[in-house]
Amino acid sequence: MQGKLSRFNIVSLVFGFAFLYLPIVLLVIYSFNASRLVTVWGGFSTRWYVSLFSNQQLIDAAWVTFRIAVISATVATVLGTMAALALTRYTRFRGRFLFSGMVFAPLVMPEVITGLSLLLLFVAIGLDRGMFTVTLAHVTFSMCFVAVVVQSRLLSFDRSLEEAAMDLGATPTRTFFHVTLPVIMPAIVSGWMLAFTLSLDDLVIASFTSGPGATTLPMRIYSQVRLGVTPEINAVCTLLIAFVTVGVLTAAIVNKRRDLQRQRDEHAALRG
Amino acid sequence: MKSFGSIRRNFAPWKDPAAKPYIEFRNVTKIFGDFTAVDNLSLNIYEREFFALLGASGCGKSTLLRMLAGFEEPTSGAILLDGQDLRGIPPYRRPVNMMFQSYALFPHMTVEANIAFGLKQDGMPKPDIEARVKEMLKLVRLEQFAKRKPHQLSGGQRQRVALARSVAKRPKVLLLDEPLGALDKKLREATQFELMDLQQDLGLTFVVVTHDQEEAMTMADRIAIMDKGQVMQVATPAEVYEAPSSRFVADFVGNVNMLEGEVASRDENRVVITGASGAQITVEHSGDVQPGTHVAFAIRPEKIKVSSKQPVGTGANAMQGEVWDLAYLGDMTVYHIKLDDGQVVKASSLNSARIHDDPLTWSDRAWISFTPDAGVVLTR
Amino acid sequence: MAQTLDQTAAAQPPREGEGLASFIRSRMVILVPYLWLLVFFLIPFAIVFKISLSQSAISMPPYAPTFDVSAGFSGLLDNLRELSFDNYLWLLDDALYFNAYLSSVWIAAVSTFFALLIGYPMAYAMARAPSSLRMVLLMLVILPFWTSFLIRVYAWIGILKPEGLLNQFLIWVGIIDTPLQIMNTHTAIYIGIVYSYLPFMVLPLYASLEKMDFSLIEAAQDLGCPPISAFWKITFPLSLPGALAGCLLVFIPAVGEFVIPDLLGGSQTLMIGKTLWNEFFANRDWPVASAVAIVLLLILVVPMMFFQRAQARAQEQER
Repeated sequence: MQGKLSRFNIVSLVFGFAFLYLPIVLLVIYSFNASRLVTVWGGFSTRWYVSLFSNQQLIDAAWVTFRIAVISATVATVLGTMAALALTRYTRFRGRFLFSGMVFAPLVMPEVITGLSLLLLFVAIGLDRGMFTVTLAHVTFSMCFVAVVVQSRLLSFDRSLEEAAMDLGATPTRTFFHVTLPVIMPAIVSGWMLAFTLSLDDLVIASFTSGPGATTLPMRIYSQVRLGVTPEINAVCTLLIAFVTVGVLTAAIVNKRRDLQRQRDEHAALRG
Repeated sequence: MKSFGSIRRNFAPWKDPAAKPYIEFRNVTKIFGDFTAVDNLSLNIYEREFFALLGASGCGKSTLLRMLAGFEEPTSGAILLDGQDLRGIPPYRRPVNMMFQSYALFPHMTVEANIAFGLKQDGMPKPDIEARVKEMLKLVRLEQFAKRKPHQLSGGQRQRVALARSVAKRPKVLLLDEPLGALDKKLREATQFELMDLQQDLGLTFVVVTHDQEEAMTMADRIAIMDKGQVMQVATPAEVYEAPSSRFVADFVGNVNMLEGEVASRDENRVVITGASGAQITVEHSGDVQPGTHVAFAIRPEKIKVSSKQPVGTGANAMQGEVWDLAYLGDMTVYHIKLDDGQVVKASSLNSARIHDDPLTWSDRAWISFTPDAGVVLTR
Repeated sequence: MAQTLDQTAAAQPPREGEGLASFIRSRMVILVPYLWLLVFFLIPFAIVFKISLSQSAISMPPYAPTFDVSAGFSGLLDNLRELSFDNYLWLLDDALYFNAYLSSVWIAAVSTFFALLIGYPMAYAMARAPSSLRMVLLMLVILPFWTSFLIRVYAWIGILKPEGLLNQFLIWVGIIDTPLQIMNTHTAIYIGIVYSYLPFMVLPLYASLEKMDFSLIEAAQDLGCPPISAFWKITFPLSLPGALAGCLLVFIPAVGEFVIPDLLGGSQTLMIGKTLWNEFFANRDWPVASAVAIVLLLILVVPMMFFQRAQARAQEQER
């Protein structure tokens, strides 16, 4: 469905994107505010960023969050990819309905319920709460997002590639590692990135499942936000936004480049 | 390029009762759920044969090919290759390679790596692999494209990579699933002949699946016409066209007129058939057919002569009608003649002369005529 | 090096080890994630249910009876006898909980409606944009989704509070002279939810609109249907699956939302996610918190099943 945009289309786009981006833009601008009063502009300054680096609590929380995010995203990517393979390649097995239900439900499950239920599990089996339990919790809900991303790639996967590999003498194992995995790799990478940011952003589930000594960055930010808006928090948020935005944009640009190169190649192939 | 004319000319192992079949399908049945894809099918294919499985989609031809490759196991029956039962042997252990309809080129590998893939699986020494890949690239004239990825190639080049990859291992049998389906018409025609030369050159057995009868007729030594999981006829292209064994085959391959009727009388090698309107034709038939049997006389349009005057003498069958429709195609003209009994008969005549004095045109009265041996009598 | 059957199959019978390995591997692909989800997703719900039937106690963990496997079967029976529906009766008794559920569903429904109202024209315009622009617009919708939820909600505090940027702006323009009270009202929560969940509405809508063949509209117009009515008769019905998926993706998590009502709604707002959080963290009443969670789950079970059905159907179509 392509064509020219009507005035109504343009207005709805401008309004929609203004709504989506204005709050973030304002937050970023006011993180450079010299005044301690967050809503009164007192000139440009980077003092809040400087003061961040002497805030040991925040730095500790950031380091904890980062480690949890890397580990949980990695485990979630492995499990989520397996779940996606199970769902697309095995159309019939006992309990498939329950399985697909368990993969899709966490996508919409209110976080308070997931958090509470995991906490009660950890208490019931006597697991000390801390970084480890937060990581387990994050793996559980982010693996489902990975599964959905990888699954949609697998659904459009040309199965004759695998048949060709086997036909040429590759065992199922070799076929998986030399053909299937390389072809679906982009989806697995974006699944990892998604799992990473989900873990990075999570407040509710981490609050339930975390214990002493494992305060994550969102938990730290939340406890300060409850006391009111401060320029330091604006600065932390800006850094986080910048981190994620740079990551996502880099990935998008790399992808776009590859697509463009591909298109050019295809045109060249058609001509030559 | 060598000439293989003399080989092809004398190649007919199916006529030799002593010849051992290379591939044998013995009472093979394949059932998917409640759908019978292949139904108690038996078929022999000989070494070095170029064999085509021809049929509409869903007739079971691809399932047959996939069972040979090992992607499906027969529900019952046996498939033998060179005397060896293939049951239970996974695809990666079968000395059979396949060229896929979609080509299935590995998108993350170069042309070279694609061709080397199968050789690597066999643990062939590296220098040998390099030599073989080079040889294959030369065979399909893609030497300068070795380092390219599949998406950097045109459709015809991709097709050649797929071909090179599937013959690189020197399989006992090469299976081709609609090998030319994705190419445009001109390229397809040129490639048909290349494939035939390649087959002779390598001395391999080819089994090709196609729905394109022209393709099958051009390339194959023998064709199996399939319908509903069964083989309707196995014969050379000329036999399939000129001596179809059933109404289905006659109708499936090329254009045909079916003159239906009952056998009125017969002698040694001729029968007289009475049509619905009472008109009688006398045609050659050596088979056993009792008077009163309902039969069809199948005759190709180009075997029917159209004229404005009644043909004289010759003992040919002649009927009168009216030019209902005609199409001038340049090399020939196709007539639809509505006979007086209401049946419409297609006839085509070659335009061997540039100028006709008195061409037939719409609504003209016309005669059609054909000799007794111009068609075949079909009981099935 | 022609392959022969003797080399490949006859002389080497299929290696047992490999067959076994591939069998285990194929089952492992199902088994490992399956077990993980059973242990960390399904069993926890059973525990939540069990604890919702327990009594609150001043101990750690703060409920009785606890699971004690060492007590054996008779101990387990004793445990079962101690279970009760008191917590659920408590939820019924106190109008606070009923009102919290009701207002959660109401707030989620209103927010979903506004998200659809804003999201639909956006998705429609994106689908009609030239393809070069389309990828950029899609990226712009997805980008906020990657940025922290907490931060995006927090950003609104500075805008909505009485001395915030919105009021400053409105006073400066001269529309109002006294600051509007938006913070700590339902309006603030609506804004927060619509803002946070808008991408979830736009993406499925865009996906279904983009797939649509524009020649359908041209055909409708060719057959004498004016553009507005072509929209309602062709485009809109065809986009309904996307709209349904979008609405469910917004509605379901919004009902149990905690961060938005907590930060933007103030202490007066009743939403069930917040109530649960308070029961758990402030009152430390784990059994009541569990009962609240179970009832919330019961409310959401029907829309969740709708969601799963829609997902399964979309998957079938892609096959």
